[in-house]
Amino acid sequence: MPDDVKSAEIKEFKYVGKRNVRPDGVDKVTGRAKYGADLILPGMLYGRVLRSPHAHARIKSIDISDALKLAGVKAIVTRDDFKDLPKAQPPFGPMIHDAADTTRNIIAREKALYDGHAVAAVAATSETIAKKALKLIKVDYEVLPHVIDPVEAMKDDAPILHEDQFTVGVEPKPTKPSNVFRVMKAEKGDLDKGFAEADIVIERDFKTAAVHQGYIEPHACVANASEDGTAELWCTTQGQFNFRAVCAAVLGMPVGKLKVVSSEIGGGFGGKLPVYGEPLAIRLSQKAHRPVKMVMTRDEVFRATGPTSGSHVHIKIGATKDGRITAAEAVLKYQAGAFKGAGLAAAIGCMYSQYDLENIRIVGYDICVNRPKVAAYRAPGVPMAAFGAEGVINEIATKLGIDPVDLRLKNAAKQGSVNVSGIKYGPIGFIEMLERVKAHPHYNAALGKNQGRGFAAGYWMHAGGMSCATLNVQDDGTVNLLEGNPDIGGSRASMAAMVAEELGIPYEKVRPMIADTSSLGFTLFTAGSRVTYATGMAVIEATRNAIKVCCDRAAAIWGVTAEQVKWEEGHAKPASANVGDFAPISLAELAKKAPMMGGPIAGHAEINATGQGPAIGAHLVDVETDPETGFVKLLRYTVFQDVGRAISPDYVEGQMQGGAVQGLGWALNEEYIYNDKGQLQNAGFLDYRMPVASDVPMIDTVMIEEPNPNHPYGVRGVGETPIVPPQAAVINAVENSVGVRLSELPMSPPKLLKAIETARALAAE
Amino acid sequence: MARHHVSTNVNGDNVEFLCDTEQSLLDCLRNELHMTGTKEGCGTGDCGACSVMLDGRLVCSCLVLGVEVEGKEIQTIEGMAQGDELHPLQRNFLDHAALQCGICTPGFLIAARALLERNPDPTETEVRFWLAGNLCRCTGYDKIVRAVMDTAAELRANA
Amino acid sequence: MDEMRFEQPTSVNAAVKLLTGAQGVAKVLNGGTDLLVQMRADVVAPNLIVDIKKIAEMKVIRKEKGGFRIGASVSGAELGEHPELPKVWPGVVEATELIGSTQVQGRATMVGNLCNASPGADSVPAMIAAGALAAIAGPNGKREVPVEQIPVSPGRTSLAKGEFVTSIFLPKRAKKSGDAYLRFIPRTEMDIAVVGCGISLSLDKSGTVTAARVALGAVAPTALLVEDAANAIIGTKLDDSALDALAAAASAACRPIDDKRGTKEFRIKIAGVLARRVALIARDRALQN
Repeated sequence: MPDDVKSAEIKEFKYVGKRNVRPDGVDKVTGRAKYGADLILPGMLYGRVLRSPHAHARIKSIDISDALKLAGVKAIVTRDDFKDLPKAQPPFGPMIHDAADTTRNIIAREKALYDGHAVAAVAATSETIAKKALKLIKVDYEVLPHVIDPVEAMKDDAPILHEDQFTVGVEPKPTKPSNVFRVMKAEKGDLDKGFAEADIVIERDFKTAAVHQGYIEPHACVANASEDGTAELWCTTQGQFNFRAVCAAVLGMPVGKLKVVSSEIGGGFGGKLPVYGEPLAIRLSQKAHRPVKMVMTRDEVFRATGPTSGSHVHIKIGATKDGRITAAEAVLKYQAGAFKGAGLAAAIGCMYSQYDLENIRIVGYDICVNRPKVAAYRAPGVPMAAFGAEGVINEIATKLGIDPVDLRLKNAAKQGSVNVSGIKYGPIGFIEMLERVKAHPHYNAALGKNQGRGFAAGYWMHAGGMSCATLNVQDDGTVNLLEGNPDIGGSRASMAAMVAEELGIPYEKVRPMIADTSSLGFTLFTAGSRVTYATGMAVIEATRNAIKVCCDRAAAIWGVTAEQVKWEEGHAKPASANVGDFAPISLAELAKKAPMMGGPIAGHAEINATGQGPAIGAHLVDVETDPETGFVKLLRYTVFQDVGRAISPDYVEGQMQGGAVQGLGWALNEEYIYNDKGQLQNAGFLDYRMPVASDVPMIDTVMIEEPNPNHPYGVRGVGETPIVPPQAAVINAVENSVGVRLSELPMSPPKLLKAIETARALAAE
Repeated sequence: MARHHVSTNVNGDNVEFLCDTEQSLLDCLRNELHMTGTKEGCGTGDCGACSVMLDGRLVCSCLVLGVEVEGKEIQTIEGMAQGDELHPLQRNFLDHAALQCGICTPGFLIAARALLERNPDPTETEVRFWLAGNLCRCTGYDKIVRAVMDTAAELRANA
Repeated sequence: MDEMRFEQPTSVNAAVKLLTGAQGVAKVLNGGTDLLVQMRADVVAPNLIVDIKKIAEMKVIRKEKGGFRIGASVSGAELGEHPELPKVWPGVVEATELIGSTQVQGRATMVGNLCNASPGADSVPAMIAAGALAAIAGPNGKREVPVEQIPVSPGRTSLAKGEFVTSIFLPKRAKKSGDAYLRFIPRTEMDIAVVGCGISLSLDKSGTVTAARVALGAVAPTALLVEDAANAIIGTKLDDSALDALAAAASAACRPIDDKRGTKEFRIKIAGVLARRVALIARDRALQN
């Protein structure tokens, strides 16, 4: 059973912190909930995309004339249907947004830059006809040499993807184009001094493969354009407002003419932040004057949507003999895919940030290769770096004969610590967490032959940003809540709980809904573990504004001032006995009186949230390795995490468990396999091997609650941290089970067996 | 080529649809009968999101041709609740928070019900191996397995 | 010519006639768990699909000459539910039941698995080890061949135009016999075998192996019947040196490739490891009979 730990200051709430059934739950278990591909409109056409079979090729011409003649084909789009957009100019922020890249990724212009790159799209009266039409489109490709590994892409003679890309962040300014978009650096203290003080220095190289977010729902949308220049887009997305902005820009439409409605989302993990087929569907609908549905096949999802970066990571860490880390260095070489923008900023900001360190230097390279453009994947950029960092820290622990948890305790960040980005921490629960690890039964469970235990920690930073919320009280005293974040993991349950708690009304009387772009102010995407934090704050503020209106109304009824009214347990009450002997008025009663008192009761809030706190996690895993085959069996897994406050413990546990299992897949078997032509060989769930139910044990969770004082309920994001530690934890466990340390992911059986046999041969000598 | 006319029974109702030879049962359920509760995750039988019962047998509807179901009985997620009453599995999935995004949930519910009808007292390992053909990317399977085991216990107690 | 005809004959002769007279590409539809995937991937675009599942005898398992005749359309799930077969041929049944998921088991068949001719097919090494025969119907009449003669290279069989496999025959079992199948996959389920090994053996009263057949899958273009491996254990009690010789013979017989599922080196090693483990399970089952 999950083990909840609450600090002394946390009070007991009625709904917050309880296991409430999610308001959208019944629709999801009956199949009624509508996801991206579930909308059917009369007259709807089916869209399909023609994709490059080449990893790198100049597109000399595209001939759609035969395809247009096929009966049932109503529209075709190519690069000619989209205007070029301006290239981003320096100075560049940590995150890159380049409109020229975006439009080229959505549909190729000069070159196809990866196997699967969209080249044209067709709308026809059936899928069958659309597929036939694709075969009739003639594309003249000039195939070019390609490169898929980031280190290869850095070499002088590597094929160049972008002739106009010159590396940023190096002096003197380069004159030759490069696949390296940028070199990023972060430093703190004096690294050389730190290494000089060290008694032990360990330096290692690590390599990880690109892995996909693996959401079970492929990208899907229905676009419906009108002759008046407006269009409506229904789509599965992590951010309908962000999608509106990008689609409008790519289509050359004013933002106000595009309405984006988010469907229920069948998984995202960051992968549904970018726009893919949506502008194609809208343009097709504009040309065909009919709605167009565009749904990706699983094959397309793998070939054409962003995985996370594969990487080469170099780590060098120095420590004193009693385990105090004196210097930490890293060089990160990340694949960005076909266009710049690998997740380096977060990697740099997080990889060592759970520790209180004086001397740090991290250098990151953002490198273009002929693969799909990377997209965020749960703590983007951090797991690969943490895999290396935690691996070396575990090695230092082993070599110094110090328990790996104790080594973390010696270096743990706490309130007041400053990280490499200069951020000074408020309260964080890492030390408490490490103590909990040592006290947990898993930590001391007996291990048998070929079994081993592994440990690793991780840090993620979280996002704030803009959120809007509107709360409308219905005349029966129920409450409609409009917020703007697609619900990936049960956030509506948390919103309803917070509203119910604030208002003091039953949870079931709160109806949260996710607004479209016409119905609410801009709300930043569902990502960065921001929703319960930032949107939660907006929702609470909106509720408190509604409560103000209620108190004003009660004051008017009683003939007192608003300050003399308090709101408690769903009722307006006199603030004290002195105010008068007035019977409490319920929300429902106030709602009934609303027509006579100035109109419906509502509250709204538009905020730009800041003050979000990081989340630290630590994982314990036990494995059993078969030394004859290299097969790793997972025996036991426990996730420890500082969750701030768990508004919906069920869903917080779910994030911890889900992220851990994704990390396990990343560690054990997931990778992209290309042939020597740069074509993806495993674009399906058969050979892209994600964990299945029989691969994993129960995932136990321990929630440490060190509330973030900047949020009314102490919320800290929880969704992303759990994917950071598993890889290093599993490698550590395998090492402790059969004595072999791997530095490359995935640690598939052939690799592990080879390492075991090499070690056996060396031992025999 | 003329489309096939198929008469079949879905969730106890006699229905008809037209289809091309190459359309799968999944295509036909979703695009011809407009029953979108059954989902497509992969189209190749590797994820189980399209699970349905065909003549009492758990199958992937993406691996059955629409034209093959003439005269057969199909059960989809839309038929799992009985009127207003959710099936105990549906209720336990909600109570255990055994879903996050919910896209895999219809497939899991159909598959889990098939398990419990065949084996009312499965071990955790039996549950995991029976459900190995249903992919979930959100939950890590823990709460799903707990929901199925608790439902099995509940059904045994009420039997 | 791109129409796709669909036929459901109700007799073997009608099916043969359709397949023989087909213009363009004709495919048998049985469980459909390979065909539909290949159609979707545009690997095959049949002009004619002949669904054999409406032919009554395709769905039947019956006793014959002390053995079992299993109709071509019997699914893996149905095979496992038969009251007797899993006890007599646990290796064949467990191999068939490893194909895909529970959902795939509801449709997939041994015959389809055999005729798809994938080098990694799970049921095939177990069927070969069992000495199974495939009954074939065609325009020139009926014939029966050992199953190992059906696949000739990845994706291709020895069947002539108009022929299809109507049943699998598992011969009568000697006393004190047992069979087993193991495969190596990187996860615990849902993967194509990186190596598969099926062994069927018989013991005498003293526990000595008197007969054995050893087959390997996914280590060559087709599944292999490895006589050297069988000879390594015949006449032994499966002591360590016999098992070593078995493993060595299994490894030596491999002609594998490097592909997205495994390396040559890995497959050669694992063939030996599995052969050892499978032999011991088959032996234990034989002792119980």
